[in-house]
Amino acid sequence: MSLPKLEFLRGTLDVLILKSLVWGPQHGYGITTFIRRQSDDALLIEEGTLYPALWRLESRGWLAGEWGLSENNRKAKFYRLTSEGRRRLREEVKTWEAYAVAVAKVLAATRLPEPEEV
Amino acid sequence: MTSMPFWRRYARFFGPDPAADVQEEIGFHLEAKAEDLIRQGLTPDAARKEAKRQFGDLREVQRMGQQIGKKSERRKRLRDYWSDLIHDVRYTFRTLRRDPGFAVISVAILAVAIGANIAVFSVVNTLLLRPLPFPHANELVWIAPPPTSCGWSCATYSADGYDEFRAESRVYQDVTGYEAFSTPENFRLTGRGQPVPATGIEVIGNFFQVLGVQPAMGRLFTPEETHIGVVPDSTGTSVVLLSNAYWRRQFHSDPALVGQAIELNGAPVTVVGVLPETFDYGAVFAPGSKVDFFVPLNLDKERMWGNIVTLVGRLKPGVTVAQAVDDANRVAPDLYFNTKYPQSRGQYKGNMVPVPLKDYVSGKLRRSLIALWLAVGTILLIAGVNLSNLLLARTAARAKEFAMRGALGAGRGRIVRQLLMESLVLSGAGAGLGLGLALGLIRWLAHGESLALPLLSALRIDGQALAWTISIAILTALIFGLLPGLRMASGNLQGVLKDSGAGAGLGRHHERIRSVLVITEIALACVLLVSAGLLLRSFTRVLQVDLGFQPNQAASMNVWYNDSAPTEKESIAKRGEIFQEILARVGAIPGVQAVGISDYLPLGPNRSWDTPLPKGKTYVPGELPEPLVYVITPGFIRAMGIPLRGRDFTWADGPNSERVIIINASMARRFWPGEDPVGKILMRGDEEDHVVGVVDDVHEESVESIVGAQVYYPAIQQGPSRAQLVVRSSLPPAALAPTVLRALRELNPNQPAVEFRPIRTIVDHAVSPRRFFMLLVAAFAGIGLLLATLGIYGVISYSVARQTQEIGVRMALGATAKRVQRQVLANTLRLAVSGIALGALIAIVVARAIASLLFATSPWDLPSFVGMAMALLLVALVSGYVPARRASGINPMEALRNN
Repeated sequence: MSLPKLEFLRGTLDVLILKSLVWGPQHGYGITTFIRRQSDDALLIEEGTLYPALWRLESRGWLAGEWGLSENNRKAKFYRLTSEGRRRLREEVKTWEAYAVAVAKVLAATRLPEPEEV
Repeated sequence: MTSMPFWRRYARFFGPDPAADVQEEIGFHLEAKAEDLIRQGLTPDAARKEAKRQFGDLREVQRMGQQIGKKSERRKRLRDYWSDLIHDVRYTFRTLRRDPGFAVISVAILAVAIGANIAVFSVVNTLLLRPLPFPHANELVWIAPPPTSCGWSCATYSADGYDEFRAESRVYQDVTGYEAFSTPENFRLTGRGQPVPATGIEVIGNFFQVLGVQPAMGRLFTPEETHIGVVPDSTGTSVVLLSNAYWRRQFHSDPALVGQAIELNGAPVTVVGVLPETFDYGAVFAPGSKVDFFVPLNLDKERMWGNIVTLVGRLKPGVTVAQAVDDANRVAPDLYFNTKYPQSRGQYKGNMVPVPLKDYVSGKLRRSLIALWLAVGTILLIAGVNLSNLLLARTAARAKEFAMRGALGAGRGRIVRQLLMESLVLSGAGAGLGLGLALGLIRWLAHGESLALPLLSALRIDGQALAWTISIAILTALIFGLLPGLRMASGNLQGVLKDSGAGAGLGRHHERIRSVLVITEIALACVLLVSAGLLLRSFTRVLQVDLGFQPNQAASMNVWYNDSAPTEKESIAKRGEIFQEILARVGAIPGVQAVGISDYLPLGPNRSWDTPLPKGKTYVPGELPEPLVYVITPGFIRAMGIPLRGRDFTWADGPNSERVIIINASMARRFWPGEDPVGKILMRGDEEDHVVGVVDDVHEESVESIVGAQVYYPAIQQGPSRAQLVVRSSLPPAALAPTVLRALRELNPNQPAVEFRPIRTIVDHAVSPRRFFMLLVAAFAGIGLLLATLGIYGVISYSVARQTQEIGVRMALGATAKRVQRQVLANTLRLAVSGIALGALIAIVVARAIASLLFATSPWDLPSFVGMAMALLLVALVSGYVPARRASGINPMEALRNN
């Protein structure tokens, strides 16, 4: 693993959690696994921040938690996107993409821009 | 995710537990992680440790989880509660809309009851509960002798008495007072076109400082000004403080008036200030009258005049009234009536009793007000019982609806809450409307100037009254809404669902409760009716009191005259001429039957001079009373319609002829018991007064009090201080006024356009507090009767509706319509008689409690009780007749088919 462990920008974790629930309810451990795999082990989520984030999102009404059974038949708390959460995700993704494009543009600069005309 | 097995559903059977939830959630995470690690080749032990290590600060996360969990749990519960509540409110409005008749009637009943309660509470609050409208009002005391029969002269003190009392007493911050003998319209505002009458009070210079009244504009009086007085002798430097109302009315709120001079009685007076709107002299010291301005009393000038001032003191902080009484007892025996006369020392012994000013102002009304409060509370009770009854009738009709809701899973608590919500909405609407009613009533009372009750101008609906409104509304809703609610919730719901007929057992059960409620209602109405009856009888007795004069067809007017002359003798002669001329002119007006002048009129201010003694007899000082003094012209006794034995004064009883007097019957009995007083001689010092006539006792203080000794002097032998013209005529006073005024103006162009007051209004004013209380209690009794009628009607018509089938069967079996009618009426009467019997018992107790409010009426007064019983029976028969008619009109075939 040559990549450095990436630090999360504020708000990033929320959008990742929302995204990881798009395909259906998932428990906390499943969410960490999803993000790790999807980012090719580049993004490692600390449990100490994941769970408080989940509960916060739940209390805001973006996620709904319910108890269910895991793949190996153990009682686990599953989180599901609410319609409000889904709406939120769309917005966050849009913001995030705009942000990424802007950052990428700046970083791709090869020369000073022309002076602005007044 | 697969769904939970059924037993898992009961994991949180005993309510939510956020801590355990967090524990389980994290536990699952650690186990899952450890399993993955084992799969990667770690030993189970190491895997568990590694999982924990990776997790980080486990405890901190758990703590956060619990906190968030608890908070959201709370929020959720609150959300549920509110959504249920909103649902209940919406449902309530929907059901009430479905039955607008019920809603309108209950809200109207509650509005009347709550409105009356707020209004009476405001009156009680203003007169009894709230302190007087002065800062630290509990420090203020009224200093007066115990009640005597010699009028205001015995309730006041001399200038020397005041000065000494103030100097010697140790418990007061300061003592003040005012001149007690002023009459309405005792001044003329001149220099602004036609002279206008005005009412002024002479007060001791520190009056406003002691009361704690700050001027709205300008300043108060200074101590030096106390010795100048109102009538400027030559300098014209006297000062005046205007009441706020007078400043606004007469001077159009002219802010530049302060510092300027106005003209009173033709002399310039400087306006030094305007008093604040909150200060209403009449409201505290002279109920039912208005005062336009205040002038400083000249104590030096009045020193020889005898008792003229009433005393008001402000106690030092922390001094009790009992201490003040002790101090007054210590000081009083050493006081001089007049320091020039050593023998006048000790005249005030035992005659200086401080009482809280508040007690003086409203103490006499305490009993009446409490009675009124109870009456209005009874109205609320009756209204509540009525509401309960109506709600009960509704719940009976809605039994199925509730049973259905119960069957569908609504808890009993939820159904009771729904019913409570309904009564809360009803009483809330009632309270809102009632508040509006009360506002109107209060505004009417506060501006009723003819009502001789103190502090009414300070009447308003304040925070306390609002709090009272809200609390009684909620209380009514709770108490009277709860009864039907509990009945409903305890009922057998399945039974109701199964039952299909209208003659259900639940209905019968309800009817019994409703009968009890109606009986209660009738009993309460009964108590109100008896109380109102007793008060009404008292009031008619008061009106029947022989006043000693004929108040009808007579009117009075304040007459101004100028008798100033170089010497006393010339002044008397001049006054005689003026009076004779006035009476001749006014007497010549067509329609005038009699005319006369007196300085004071009955039922107003009065005074006494001294104790004259029958010639040739000796008495211990203080054995004979001090008679009240009236200085009158010939004709006055006839104009007032006072029965006279002997002869009236004539114009021949001049300053140089024999001195004559007329006395009243009480004085005759007291001074010459068993003898004919006409021709007897009364000694005032060395002066001989010959009794020429005896008149009936004239009620001088109030209509209800006992009359003491009175003596009449002729105006041309004594010095009257003012002149009240009395005209007896069959013409209405308003029609006569312009002619009389024109005649007076011809003689004296300075005569202001004073009011021509029917003597009847003086009497009305004197009995107005009694009339006020009587009318209110009568109104409440009327409302109570109406509500009781509604209650009876409701119960009887419901029972007729319920028994439709039964009646149908009986009629099919041959019962006549008459018989059915009789049966229903008999039911009604049974309710009414039970209620009346119960009510009469309570009324006997209540009547004895209010015995002190009655006048010449026994609390056992039979007509009141019989009248009450008749009224209730009649009302019961009428309200039972309508359902009885309906019952007898039932078609047996239809009634039987309908089931």
